[in-house]
Amino acid sequence: MMTAVMTALKRLYMTLFALYLIGPIIVITAVSFNAQKFIAFPPRGFSLRWYAAIFTEADWFGALVNSLIIAAASALLATAIALPVAYMAWRYGLRYARALFALGIAPFILPPVIMALAFLIFFSSAGVNGLMINVIIAHAIFLLALPLVTISLGLESIDKALIEASQTMGATGWTVFRTIIAPIAAPFALAGFAFCFVLSLNEYIIALMTVGFTVETLPVKIFNALRYGYTPVIASIAVLFLSVNIAVFSLIARFSNLARILGAMD
Amino acid sequence: MSKPGIARYVALVPSSVMIGVFFAIPFALILAVSVSSPADDADFRLGFDLQHFQRFATWFYIERALFSAGLCALIAAISMTIAFPFTYFLTTFKRRSQDWWLIYILAQLSLSEVLIAFSWQILLSRTAGVGNILAWVGIVEKSFSMTPSAGAVIAALVYLTVPFSVLLLFPALSRMDRSLLEAARTLGASPMRTFFTVVIPITRPAIISGGVTVFVLTLGAIIVPQVLGAPQHWTLSVLITDQAIFNFNMPFASALAVVLLALSASVIAAVSWLGRRREV
Repeated sequence: MMTAVMTALKRLYMTLFALYLIGPIIVITAVSFNAQKFIAFPPRGFSLRWYAAIFTEADWFGALVNSLIIAAASALLATAIALPVAYMAWRYGLRYARALFALGIAPFILPPVIMALAFLIFFSSAGVNGLMINVIIAHAIFLLALPLVTISLGLESIDKALIEASQTMGATGWTVFRTIIAPIAAPFALAGFAFCFVLSLNEYIIALMTVGFTVETLPVKIFNALRYGYTPVIASIAVLFLSVNIAVFSLIARFSNLARILGAMD
Repeated sequence: MSKPGIARYVALVPSSVMIGVFFAIPFALILAVSVSSPADDADFRLGFDLQHFQRFATWFYIERALFSAGLCALIAAISMTIAFPFTYFLTTFKRRSQDWWLIYILAQLSLSEVLIAFSWQILLSRTAGVGNILAWVGIVEKSFSMTPSAGAVIAALVYLTVPFSVLLLFPALSRMDRSLLEAARTLGASPMRTFFTVVIPITRPAIISGGVTVFVLTLGAIIVPQVLGAPQHWTLSVLITDQAIFNFNMPFASALAVVLLALSASVIAAVSWLGRRREV
């Protein structure tokens, strides 16, 4: 009896939680397929025109391309910076690498507006304004914590006895790296890249403060559009983003251990 | 022996340069600019002048800082309270269904604050929102708008932070030793009693550190208070953005950023001090 009540309460709680999370998404999805220009809910008519607008209206499409380039480049850069730091800290326990690791985590823990302002002052003092490379570097530094954490989680899952055994058998450092370390750590590095990519795609304040007025990314364009009254294109972009996010995380779950990456034990 | 040692440091040079030039220098610049003095030719000249902090020390800005801290503490408390039972149930599921829930949470988490503010604006609007649904169903006579209001700001900020709360609690709850729960149950404790006397005490460090992280995260929210709230709901982060982008007042924006930094740091320090004291 007691357990039955508990199970019912548990189900109710999970349902309410899921509803809270999905509520705004349902409304946005309905709006994005709405046939009319003004936002109506319940929707009237069905149309894909707001999805077509992302690709046919030059300024929306340009913002989409900017966002994709910035996300891919900054995720790649962040992963490239993180790899040697995480590796040296794990393999040799270098105190310097550990200090660098802590410094690399810091930008992500601060409220983002602080880093955004820091980058704004830095780039304008250096006299380089409005270049796409600025926001790529800024995002890479801001999101560096993600590949640092995922890669070191991956490296920690490697049994060091395996490395010692192969060295005893005569494997060189490079062979050990190529045949043991790289295959185990690669999915985690990829997960770090993916987290960076997705968060960069959605990042707003740093993009606005570093290059907001010359290189418009999608979130910046959406915010600017919001101030002058919204268009349903924003809803269709939200649905597109959400689909990309779900696809990326499903791939991580499929090809590597998602729960483990998020801190569960095997 | 010395050769591989040097090679290890050489491998770290590019990363050190990137982190040093693009994190350490910009961060130091904020501190320097916050105490800079005004100049005639340029906006500011490096020096040591506390006038920007003096400007902060007026009731308007102090009240804003206190409001930000109070709002963020409230959000952190609500968000962790909602997320804890969810995460607790989630960790009892099979790995496969855990994966699906986690994908859902992660997708949610990666929705930009801009999009979340936008979706809540629609959700609470007169023409397309909850009010409209209520009117459609017949509960209220006429649809109404629910923004701007403190309730709208709180609902959207909790929505923004709940996925983070879940992910912050997930490691501790999923690594918890379940045999302790079985032991408590065998000894006759009810599920509720087990939850409050075993589960919560074991995961207390995660609850405390998670709460602090959510607090700092909420301090960074910029768009939700602006879009869903009235000016009296604006936080320090909104004021910083305002000063930097629309007033081009970098020194004052930096001074506010230093205050924000000090606020986050003191909360982190205070909470970890309290956490340690209660363990003794």
